[in-house]
Amino acid sequence: MSLGPAEVGKIAHLARLAIREQDVPAYARNLSAILELVEQMNAVDTSGVAPLANPLDMAQRLRADEVTETDQRAHFQAIAPRVEAGLYLVPKVIE
Amino acid sequence: MHDKTIAQLSAGLAAGEFSSEELTRALLERIEQFNPSLNAFITVTDEAALSQARAADQRRRQGQAEPLTGVPIAQKDIFCTDGVRTSCGSRMLDRFIAPYNATVVDKLNAAGMVMLGKTNMDEFAMGSSNETSFYGPVRNPWDLDAVPGGSSGGSAAAVAARLAPGATGTDTGGSIRQPAALCGITGIKPTYGRVSRWGMIAYASSLDQGGPFARTAEDCALLLGAMAGFDPRDSTSVNQPVPDYVAALDQPLTGVKIGLPKEYFGDGLDGSVAHVVEAAITEYQALGAQIVEVSLPNSRLAIPAYYVIAPAECSSNLARFDGVRYGHRCDQPKDLLDLYTRSRAEGFGAEVTRRILVGTFALSAGYYDAYYLKAQQIRRLISEDFQRVFAQVDVIAGPTSPTVAFNLGEKVDDPITMYLSDIYTIAVNLAGLPGLSLPVGFVGQRPVGLQLIGNYFAEERLLNAAHRYQQATDWHRRTPTAFA
Repeated sequence: MSLGPAEVGKIAHLARLAIREQDVPAYARNLSAILELVEQMNAVDTSGVAPLANPLDMAQRLRADEVTETDQRAHFQAIAPRVEAGLYLVPKVIE
Repeated sequence: MHDKTIAQLSAGLAAGEFSSEELTRALLERIEQFNPSLNAFITVTDEAALSQARAADQRRRQGQAEPLTGVPIAQKDIFCTDGVRTSCGSRMLDRFIAPYNATVVDKLNAAGMVMLGKTNMDEFAMGSSNETSFYGPVRNPWDLDAVPGGSSGGSAAAVAARLAPGATGTDTGGSIRQPAALCGITGIKPTYGRVSRWGMIAYASSLDQGGPFARTAEDCALLLGAMAGFDPRDSTSVNQPVPDYVAALDQPLTGVKIGLPKEYFGDGLDGSVAHVVEAAITEYQALGAQIVEVSLPNSRLAIPAYYVIAPAECSSNLARFDGVRYGHRCDQPKDLLDLYTRSRAEGFGAEVTRRILVGTFALSAGYYDAYYLKAQQIRRLISEDFQRVFAQVDVIAGPTSPTVAFNLGEKVDDPITMYLSDIYTIAVNLAGLPGLSLPVGFVGQRPVGLQLIGNYFAEERLLNAAHRYQQATDWHRRTPTAFA
């Protein structure tokens, strides 16, 4: 499958990535080449093959819904771009 | 001291020949001297290292030293280190000071190891040459014009140049084995679930696995023993006891069956690399192993399936970088969408962007079945190929990489050609199997690696097979001249 500039723009929007206009053709070219590579999969009939998500075919372990972590809010917020009174400060444009 | 293996350093520390502080100072001096030409470290934690070294010496005086106590190590900058910048090779995390330690870091600290610093890597572990790092490429100690491989290129280069006796790495499609091969050292990617992924920044969660680099299989056995184990904080961690990897090293290889997949010796394999790998196989025959030809018929589909699954998982994992809670935030966003899209575009480099876009496309409405589901079905076929072969053989062997290290800049503008560097390593991640690369010779100045693949949790067997080879040969003792 070959992707054109419009499709790249649509995917970039879904991925929330601002791609500069001048970079779009190169991404379209690279992405099309990658899709061409991955479409080699179509040469194999996989009907009836169960998809493998976890390589050990294991289900994810669940844990009891209990509080196990201590409060480290101040420690974790120390790396935030901006905080005040325990809250994350974001630019005013976010309502 | 810098040319000693971890096992030798451990013995030297135990015998009181030198202290951890002396050893750590010597290596920090080497890092200061050589890192400018290699760019293997993003951050050097010299003060913390010296303080850890003094604590290790103290612990030894108190009679509480373990084999790794006081031995220095370099951590790939993908492992969160409390209070130390953890950049993952990205502008996005250039100013991210991790607020906690990865389990691997905690475990190595508990063993008394001394962290020298954080090593350079491809951005978010996406790359095979270390050229996608925000901090610039790492150079290969064997030839400064060559790449060290990736994504754990800084770790591999640091060990090869004798700046650290061991290092951690992560391997999603070959990121431990391929740089180990290109830098002439030993590295093992354990079975998926063997080493905790907690605090290891996620790229593709169903493929990512941490493991060690060192010069010898014996050292890798020591390090893996300290890194592995069940972690309730990683939901895919496997609750299975960790064997004594060192105890198994010396078993004879008599009668061990080694399978050579014919698909790993076909078109695409450089002739001179093939020659070196064949000589290593002959050595294994001399060690008593029985060589049989096997087939992994779906091998050619590994790269196509990987370049759907890994980007799909990465597009989901990297969605957390939104410019709000941590990581890079753009200046003066005009609205919420602008905040997201510009923060992400400014924070991520081209390869990461490409993979997020491919993954977003593969998971988008209307394409999921044709790409993601199809890739997962192919993944099962690849996994079943391996199980059929492991019914006949104990170990699979072949080249780690189709060529020796290529030149810096040679493939950087051509993603597809770059992806093909991992043609022999990717299937192992898709199946979740353990794989090891060990040095077995050179083509010109540049090292060649042999890959050994084992069945689930057969790390002991791989380390044993590599150790026996290293007892009989000296490729692993070769040192790049400029760093002797």
